[in-house]
Amino acid sequence: MTEPLLGDAVPAAAPGAGSNGIAASDRPVFELLDVEKRFAVSRPAGFLKREKRSLAALDGVRLTVRRGASIALVGESGSGKSTLLRVLLGLAEPSDGKALYFGQPVNEVRAQSRDFARSVAMIYQDARASLDPRMTVTALIAEPLLHFGLCGREAVGERVAALLSRVGLPAEIAERYPAALSGGQVRRVAIARALAAEPTVLIADEAVSGLDVSTQAQLLNLLRRLKREMGLTLLFITHDLGVASYLCEEIAIMYLGRIVETGPTDAVLSAPAHPYSRALRHAAPEFFAPITDPLEGEIPSPLDLPTGCRFASRCPRVEEDCLTAEPILAPIAPGRTVACRHPLDAEDHPALPQITASAPAAGSPAGGAGVSA
Amino acid sequence: MAVGEASLDPSTVPAGKAAARAKKPRRKSLFLRRPFFSLALLVALGFVLCAVFAPFIAPYDPTAQSIEAMMAPPGPDHLLGTDSFGKDILSRIIFGARYALTIGIVAVLIGAGGGLVLGLAAGLSTGWLEWALMRLIDSILALPSLILAIAIIAILGQGVDKVILAVGISLVGPFSRTVRSDVLQVKTQLFIEAAHLMSIPRLTVIRRHILPNVFFPLLVQITVRISEAILVSSSLSFLGIGVTPPTPDWGLMIAEGRGFVSFAPWMSGMPGMALAILLVALAIVGDAVREEFDPKLKRAQ
Ligand SMILES: Nc1ncnc2c1ncn2[C@@H]1O[C@H](COP(=O)(O)OP(=O)(O)O)[C@@H](O)[C@H]1O
Ligand code: SF4
Ligand SMILES: [Mg+2]
Repeated sequence: MTEPLLGDAVPAAAPGAGSNGIAASDRPVFELLDVEKRFAVSRPAGFLKREKRSLAALDGVRLTVRRGASIALVGESGSGKSTLLRVLLGLAEPSDGKALYFGQPVNEVRAQSRDFARSVAMIYQDARASLDPRMTVTALIAEPLLHFGLCGREAVGERVAALLSRVGLPAEIAERYPAALSGGQVRRVAIARALAAEPTVLIADEAVSGLDVSTQAQLLNLLRRLKREMGLTLLFITHDLGVASYLCEEIAIMYLGRIVETGPTDAVLSAPAHPYSRALRHAAPEFFAPITDPLEGEIPSPLDLPTGCRFASRCPRVEEDCLTAEPILAPIAPGRTVACRHPLDAEDHPALPQITASAPAAGSPAGGAGVSA
Repeated sequence: MAVGEASLDPSTVPAGKAAARAKKPRRKSLFLRRPFFSLALLVALGFVLCAVFAPFIAPYDPTAQSIEAMMAPPGPDHLLGTDSFGKDILSRIIFGARYALTIGIVAVLIGAGGGLVLGLAAGLSTGWLEWALMRLIDSILALPSLILAIAIIAILGQGVDKVILAVGISLVGPFSRTVRSDVLQVKTQLFIEAAHLMSIPRLTVIRRHILPNVFFPLLVQITVRISEAILVSSSLSFLGIGVTPPTPDWGLMIAEGRGFVSFAPWMSGMPGMALAILLVALAIVGDAVREEFDPKLKRAQ
């Protein structure tokens, strides 16, 4: 990790100087510029009355995804991670701000050609629902192959078999329907389908959560290998700090529609600067155990955000100035940014063991947050 | 960096394990699991065979009158008795199966075809077109099938073909309503968004993803609604505005025997029983098909 891949406050790297050696263009793959996404919601307001309100699922989000980067997006449920992906993919129009793909608005790029659709593949959290239940595995994987003209009909069988073996599925499931597959197999089919288009960017929304540990480990290994072999740019949503550190070099931590901290994953996790990041880190001493109910204190409703720092109601370091104005994401160290008026520094973390991000051995129960130098 | 070094030895990962887990033990055959269904299916098939081979099975000509055998009670010569013109009731029931099933099936196919077109259009359109189609469907649905069929017969006139058309049209409303709600449900599914994300053209998405997912529940609906169509067509005949005599139609036979119920109850009773048995059998078959193939019901089990 020689250059910051994340964070708008950091100057762009020189072309060709990417740590992985493939950064040919200095244009980031994705840029979110002060993106806001508000939903109109109505809620009861007294007897038989409903009040129309606007809910800010994303509130001033800045994120830069450079080519070859691997970024984990972490945060409690409801923090806006899925909404961020939807904006990034052009499935939701930002209410404010811009979502850019190589410098061009995502919606324009998508309307212009299929290149975006082919280059950017998505693995949904609910893999089963993302697969047409009336299609066989072969038909499902063949769809992107034929749609993007990657092979002729006669070669489909062969290509599907190759993709299935690549994701570790036996060839005989090719003629089955998703309903006849286990949860882990369905995820693999979804991954195979995403890879079929030979994408350069892989976006995954909790692609391994809810699976048993050994299946998670297999899929993480697979994704890591694919990232290495195909030079994929990876944006990975997860609840699980272990998954984040195993798969991603960068991490972005979200809280209530805002990114509150970014930086290299191991640096952020071993010495979090934002009190929220630290709380997350403390709540998950066991790696590969998703954070279920991590933090003390009520999470404020996104409809009634406090003035000032939105984490103030749960923050142990809160001071008066926190309540006056919202802290903005600002650099604190090379490659690291944080949105906090009183960030923690290294001395604040005597109790945190440094972590290694080794995947748990297949078959073992929730595995090791090992210690390494 | 610690992240880089950590790895999992792929050899420790049993590749075939997940696959083995997904293989479930073979399920018992449908017929063993559902004895009532099997019986009902046999009965329904019996009626179908009667309909197909009626001329070979029926002991008499269904329209042949006989003065000697007028209103004969069930006996060795006429197993189910004869009617007021001496026509053999068993033969008329056997031939009547042709009318019941033909009218039921063809009418349902007309209703399903119309319902598919209308339901798809209503489910896929937006704005004023959707509004107009919805009002159209609502107004068809405002009348019960039988009343609607009577109204159509009043316009078209009597006869088997008219009855089929009238019953078929009267079923377009219910079919289009279910098709539309299926379309709306499928439209919001994640796999449709995934297709959209892949930039698959809208028409292709409809043909490849929406239609197959709507078509299957439609097939189930068809099996369930055949009995409704038969009932409506028999009711029309019973009311004297459907099929015309001397056609061996069950509803007509029930109506003809109505005046003789006290001293020749078999005249109405026998065709009435045939109708009831067929309807119950079809209802059981339809229910079983729905439960067996409706993924929503299945998951709840
Ligand atoms: N379509 C929508 N309409 C209204 N509110 C929504 C919608 N989608 C998401 N939200 C709200 O936006 C917030 C963020 O949701 P989401 O992006 O799904 O979070 P996450 O993926 O981190 O769990 C939540 O409060 C959620 O209720
Ligand atoms: S700005 Fe203040 S309240 Fe907000 S996280 Fe930092 S210390 Fe806590
Ligand atoms: Mg989510």
